[in-house]
Amino acid sequence: MSWRRKDVARRMKRGFTILAIVTAVLLSFGLYEALIAAPTERTMGDVQRIFYYHVPSAWTAFLLFLINFVGSIVYLIRRDEKSDILALVSAEVGVVFCTVVLVTGPIWARPVWGIWWTWDLRLTLTLVLWLIYVSYLTLRRFSTSSQTPMLAAVLAVFGALDIPLVYFSIWFFRTQHPSPVIGNGGSLDPRMAHVLLINWAAFLCLAWLMCWTRYRLEVLKREVEEEQALESILEGTR
Amino acid sequence: MNSMHYLYAAYIATWAIHGVYLTILVRKYSQIRREMERLKK
Amino acid sequence: MRFFAITRATLAKDVRLEWRSKDAINAMLFFSLLVVVIFSFAFDPTAEESRRIAGGLVWVAFLFAAIVALNQTWARELRNQVLDAYRVSPAPANPLFLAKAFGNFIFVSVLEALMTPLFIVFYKLRALGSAWELLPIAVLGTWALVVNGTFFAAMSLRTRSREIMLPLLLFPLSIPALLGMVNATTAILTGEESARFWIALLVAYDVVFTVACLLLFEVVLEAE
Repeated sequence: MSWRRKDVARRMKRGFTILAIVTAVLLSFGLYEALIAAPTERTMGDVQRIFYYHVPSAWTAFLLFLINFVGSIVYLIRRDEKSDILALVSAEVGVVFCTVVLVTGPIWARPVWGIWWTWDLRLTLTLVLWLIYVSYLTLRRFSTSSQTPMLAAVLAVFGALDIPLVYFSIWFFRTQHPSPVIGNGGSLDPRMAHVLLINWAAFLCLAWLMCWTRYRLEVLKREVEEEQALESILEGTR
Repeated sequence: MNSMHYLYAAYIATWAIHGVYLTILVRKYSQIRREMERLKK
Repeated sequence: MRFFAITRATLAKDVRLEWRSKDAINAMLFFSLLVVVIFSFAFDPTAEESRRIAGGLVWVAFLFAAIVALNQTWARELRNQVLDAYRVSPAPANPLFLAKAFGNFIFVSVLEALMTPLFIVFYKLRALGSAWELLPIAVLGTWALVVNGTFFAAMSLRTRSREIMLPLLLFPLSIPALLGMVNATTAILTGEESARFWIALLVAYDVVFTVACLLLFEVVLEAE
């Protein structure tokens, strides 16, 4: 390995370690703030603290899906491998965070509203996004084409076009058939907003860490697959 | 189940989901490392 | 003008071929009939209740029938390596897509036309709103399913488990269209609400995805 590549590799490793430490610190601090320091909500009580994990996870998931959309567009234009891997990685980590939202939502709804699910706007939108991106990941896994990145990018574009339509259809449906809203209503106590933002920062760092890890794993995986293909070709000629 | 149990369930579920994903990543990493060693030989 | 000539020619060929090999059509017609009967056994509401739920039932039944039709969209082309020939030829990809989409639209509409009277009979349906509005809803809704269905059927060709891949890709993306179709139909049947918003939503959905499919079909055709 040349000197410059070794240098880059070392700096990346240091960056990763720093990010890991920052993430751990932010997560611990966020946890403390959410469970202990934050004021108890008047109507819902301590259960409301789920909000500090539910909402930042949703924001993180949406951001990751946005990154997937941008990566897919860039791939459609440039056809470069980096954009494709970025799209794959952000979709996977996005689905993980989205799953957290869909699990914490009902756990919050049950003690507060007495029901596990409600076709609340944000929760339903999250469910549809989850479905779209799980189908995206399934396409990537089941595709036998050599052009899988292109097909996946096309699907991501379709997904992005669908989202505003989903939003409006659920919004209108909700105005016709109102139901409990899983959320904190309108105004937010500034002390609560502060805890929310700390946890969001923590989750963003966690998402970055997970994406970085998954990105490296994908790069290695593709290198290994190339080597394996080469090996089987050489075996054939021997 | 009193409401505190729900609070703990939500937080534990969040960490469980992230934990499962990270475990899968770590396991895939070991697999890839092993495969790379095998190919180098 | 060559564009429409190709579309028309491909569509005419498809219709002719389907008409000659009637077994596929007959099997699907019978399947649609079965779906209606099974649903009628499963849900046996009073006339009042049925007006509220029929919208959903009818469109779910149409969706199942459509999936069966969509799954074989490209079967003939695949069997005879037509797609490879198309890829190599200088002909544009869109007329092929449009012809297939129109063909599916005609076919699914025939299935719906068969299923609707049965539903009316089994569920004692009678529209309390303006019944003529059901026709644009049917057209817009069917096109919404068919345009994306034809596109994803082509995408699924390059996957393992082709038949399951199509509904897997189609259903999540069709959710707003399904909401539109079902709620518009329910609004007309119960006469309680205006279907106007849902019809506008269906129009928006159809326009957006028809354009998207036309722009991106070439990409899907090239992928081998």
